[in-house]
Amino acid sequence: MNMDAISGELIRLLVALLALMAFIAGNGMLLLYVERKVAGHVQRRPGPYEVGPHGLLQALADAGKLVGKQLATPAGADALLFWAAPLMAFMPVPLMFIAVPFGENLWGLGTNLGLVLILSFAGFNVLALCLAGWASNNKWSLLGAARAVSQAVAYEIPLLLAVLAVALMTGSLDLRAVVAHQGGWPWQWNVFVQPLAFFIYFVCAVAETNRAPFDLPEAESELTAGVHTEYSGMGNGIIFLAEYANMLVVSCVATVLFLGGSQGPVLPGPWWFLAKMYALVALIIFMRWTYPRVRFDQLLNLNWRWLMPLALVNLVLTAFFVKLWGGA
Amino acid sequence: MGFITAVGGALRDLKSMFVGLRVTGTNFFMPQETVHYPRQEVDTLATYRGHVELVASDEDPAVARCVGCGLCAELCPSNCIRVEAEDPPADSGICYPSQVGTEMLMPTPKFRVAPPSQAPVARKLLGYHLTYHTCSLCGLCAQNCPAGSLRFSSNVYFAGPGRSTFEIDLLARLRKQAGIKGE
Repeated sequence: MNMDAISGELIRLLVALLALMAFIAGNGMLLLYVERKVAGHVQRRPGPYEVGPHGLLQALADAGKLVGKQLATPAGADALLFWAAPLMAFMPVPLMFIAVPFGENLWGLGTNLGLVLILSFAGFNVLALCLAGWASNNKWSLLGAARAVSQAVAYEIPLLLAVLAVALMTGSLDLRAVVAHQGGWPWQWNVFVQPLAFFIYFVCAVAETNRAPFDLPEAESELTAGVHTEYSGMGNGIIFLAEYANMLVVSCVATVLFLGGSQGPVLPGPWWFLAKMYALVALIIFMRWTYPRVRFDQLLNLNWRWLMPLALVNLVLTAFFVKLWGGA
Repeated sequence: MGFITAVGGALRDLKSMFVGLRVTGTNFFMPQETVHYPRQEVDTLATYRGHVELVASDEDPAVARCVGCGLCAELCPSNCIRVEAEDPPADSGICYPSQVGTEMLMPTPKFRVAPPSQAPVARKLLGYHLTYHTCSLCGLCAQNCPAGSLRFSSNVYFAGPGRSTFEIDLLARLRKQAGIKGE
């Protein structure tokens, strides 16, 4: 391998990471605005309205405010872990995006293990929340962290089983291959072959990203703000950004695995990809303002008594039919 | 059997999730209720309870229906009403609450029979003072007024820089309103 090839690949990676960071930050602000607008309109109020036309600059003002705030470390907190946690929540996020094929020729890192890469880095989020809760020296934070861990551990299993069913069908862990396996029209998407897997994946993804109705680690009404109770300024901002970015990641993966990725008629691929991704994000946001938060026993019952057995049955059936007809 | 009912229950619950999304979805597209206050003003004031105001008599808009009995001041739990009226006719034989002398330091609402047994003999009203900043808007005065002379105003945008703004002479206010109307 000569040096030119290495540096070429390196530059490509750096450019991709930079672009993805910008994509994540921009989307963080956009989604914050959309979330508040949706919340407002669902409750028959306008939402952000005063800063800029129709409140468009509200997210920018909030970001400026967060950056300007003092970073306070609570008394008795483990300062190193306390400040490492937000970074640990955010850092894996660009790495997860790097394997996502946004178009036929648009991805950060062409790897044939993209799915494994995303799923393994997704686990970091749990560790970050656990550390944040533990290091805060606050009982609410600790309770939030305990909830985050048990929830993530439980919901990761049906999520993996649902993803595995798709991987079995495609015969590949390469996200590009999964996209190529599907067609441009809705009836050629995996969601029509694997509706149950899609449903399980979607429910687990909402739970994994700690979004309502599964936002127990945050649970304002019980734990003030759960794991990020003690964070001020950008510490809080980064954890929020990571939450929105994780929401985007799970929507990206759902688009790739179940909704035909960047394939579609007429328009170029990336537009189709973004349209499908944002549709899923909008659904997740709508769900937050529709459903009440589940209780913790309901959360775990849903997982262990419904999603797990269903995911297993789905996987066994998939394996059976793949064996019968040869799959991909 | 238990399994089938459990599955049926789960499917019913699943359906309710879609019903919920439909509810929020339709609300999302319905017109908003918010009034953008400094740019728009609230116009539906039918249910608004402002401070109490005097109701003018049918003959003269500058004269209140008030008979000066002082029952409102007597009943007021916040002790925020002061009625000034000329002395009653000596031969009327009617005892007005304002004559009895109430315990002003620690007023307790005495829920007496609202109107006197006889038709109240009108006394000329000289002044009606409301200390609005201690009023709790309970409405006992308006509810019990034997002459129907009190009601809640719809004075929504009532604001002021100090307490003195909220110490209102309602009789003067009525006269002023009548004068403005008359002009």
